[in-house]
Amino acid sequence: MAQKIIEFKHVSKSFDGKSVLKDINLYVNKGEFITLLGPSGCGKTTLLRMIAGFLEPDEGELLLDGKPLAGIPPHERPLNTVFQRYALFPHLDVYDNIAFGLKLKKVPQDEIDKRVRRVLKLVAMSDYEDRDVETLSGGQQQRIAIARAIVNQPKVLLLDEPLAALDLKMRKDMQIELKEMHRKLGITFIYVTHDQEEALTLSDTIVVLNEGKIQQIGTPTDIYNEPVNCFVADFIGESNILKGRMTGKRRVAFIKHEFDCVDDFEFDERVDVVIRPEDIYFTTDPAKCQFKAKVNTCTFKGVHYEMWVDTDTGYELMIQDYDPYPVGSEVMLYIDPDDIQVMHKERLCNTLYGKVKDEETITLLDGDFPLPNSFESGTEVKVEIPFDAIDLMDNLDDGVVDGEVHFILYKGNHYHLTIKTDDGNSLWVDTNDIWDKGDLVGIRLLPEKGIKITKKDE
Amino acid sequence: MSKRSSWSIPYVVFLVLFVVLPLVLVLMYAFQDGTGHFTLKNIGKFFTDKDALSTFAVSVEVALENTAICILLGYPAAWILSNKKYNRSAVTIILFIMPMWINALMRTLATAQLFTMLGISLGKGTLLFGMVYDYLPFMIYPIYNVLNKMDKSYAEAAVDLGATPWKAFWKVTVPLSMPGVMSGVLMVFMPTVSTFAISEFLTNNKIKLFGTIIQENINSSAWNYGAALAFIMLIIIGLTSLLSKDKEQAEGALI
Repeated sequence: MAQKIIEFKHVSKSFDGKSVLKDINLYVNKGEFITLLGPSGCGKTTLLRMIAGFLEPDEGELLLDGKPLAGIPPHERPLNTVFQRYALFPHLDVYDNIAFGLKLKKVPQDEIDKRVRRVLKLVAMSDYEDRDVETLSGGQQQRIAIARAIVNQPKVLLLDEPLAALDLKMRKDMQIELKEMHRKLGITFIYVTHDQEEALTLSDTIVVLNEGKIQQIGTPTDIYNEPVNCFVADFIGESNILKGRMTGKRRVAFIKHEFDCVDDFEFDERVDVVIRPEDIYFTTDPAKCQFKAKVNTCTFKGVHYEMWVDTDTGYELMIQDYDPYPVGSEVMLYIDPDDIQVMHKERLCNTLYGKVKDEETITLLDGDFPLPNSFESGTEVKVEIPFDAIDLMDNLDDGVVDGEVHFILYKGNHYHLTIKTDDGNSLWVDTNDIWDKGDLVGIRLLPEKGIKITKKDE
Repeated sequence: MSKRSSWSIPYVVFLVLFVVLPLVLVLMYAFQDGTGHFTLKNIGKFFTDKDALSTFAVSVEVALENTAICILLGYPAAWILSNKKYNRSAVTIILFIMPMWINALMRTLATAQLFTMLGISLGKGTLLFGMVYDYLPFMIYPIYNVLNKMDKSYAEAAVDLGATPWKAFWKVTVPLSMPGVMSGVLMVFMPTVSTFAISEFLTNNKIKLFGTIIQENINSSAWNYGAALAFIMLIIIGLTSLLSKDKEQAEGALI
């Protein structure tokens, strides 16, 4: 039975009223290599800094070996950090940088000598003892930063995007070395990165974070093959994310075709389907063919070719294959049931709460939207808005309220956007128009598309 | 001469007229006797002139004391100013720098009046007060600059490695901010050695500084000896800045 070394219990944190971590529950097993993965601003560095002791949670508890860490200052925690830009002390040489922690602990000089030499050997930097740290290359500084941390034999090593400043080739080499070091030392590694490939290569366990919430925890293969939602599917690797509907026992329909799958969901449930681009196969056998498509673009990517195809039903799909197919050619395609990942939809429509102003207007998101209704003014109402009943406009003055495009997902024949409104709410919108992340939009509602208004309590 | 390098002509003219020429003149006067013949007598006179030597010693002593007080007051001030926890606005920094906008002579005169009004007798104490008041911003600013630009992760790394915040400050923050301290020392120490106005106003000339005797000699038309003294001071200032040059190459320094 694995032993928990670090545990987060209902941890929340906000800065200046802005919530960055929301009710985080997480544990790390002893000896594990765990990666906190997410885009910038997802809260992963905040989590790491909390473990190190530079930040205290607003709510919740953090345990080390079952004991609460609250109130223990960072210099008394048996943990060490490898900082993003190394933070090697420029006024000390390599030896003194590494010996810094040991000297503070009053370790005898001959013991310090021995341990410094041992870690220098471990990071393949013997003979660099007397070098000035500023004369070292990025990769070498990285090694010294790791040596400076592990020489103290911490219970947990915290790594804050340690390879982000290195070039690609060096990063790949260091990934292998880090993995090797983790094996040799047996210390728990908590690694923060925004690089999904790095996370997949290094980790025993990946924790995917977005907007301060844990999206999924799992092994790299779990996360890649069975993402639980569109965010994870889109963030980890390349994927085709499509709208679908369950049509029977282990049958799912998407791109207007029906497929066998391995997930057993309720009949008629609306779902999201993820197909990795390498899981769509070409065939010349009409018996195997599930649908036809026309190759639209074909790009060589080194190991494979990346092709965009238009299906006979009007959807665009990305396919990766070792063999190229000429642009314009008609191809026959099929997908294995095993490779179809079906996910519950996070939401089926936008649900907002507002107040009736008069029979033609409802106040929502700090704006007065023209929405015909049969309620008395002042009634609090629940408004359910389908994704396609929201109209986005270039000209902010044309909208009732303003918002910003926050996240974009391509779903084969339309875009699914997450819009942050000025009052801090999120709206999800299906559209055929092309927007960019960060675009400012005016928001209007389209009552004719079937907006449902009910009394709040019902 | 290419077109672009001709842009430097006004600056070259300026440098020759206002820097090189005066220096040459000082040098000429310092090594001439009253009739225009070459002599080392002026320089030699300084080393046998008891008054000048003791004034020189007092000047260095006052300058050292002033510099030390400025570091002791200025470093904590700069540290607090650069710390986002205590200081969130640029206004406080401007408040510290603002006295520099007003002419130092006017401030010194006003300080002297204040002391007279309060019935405090002018002497070494008031002299040091005036000097610290005048030169403190020159110490705070370069230290603040270095501390403000310093990557906070250095101090964090030290704490992470087991140092108490106090030890992290002494073992990491202070050594890394030395370029700023050196800049501050140069900007405070050198001008205080040569100042004369502050001592004239704030001690009623009871305490004479090296700058004072240069001024007195020039005023009483002893051009050659005055020039020699000025030359000696230049050499000393040059030597101090040479001594601190190694550290100056580190980033963040003002000079």
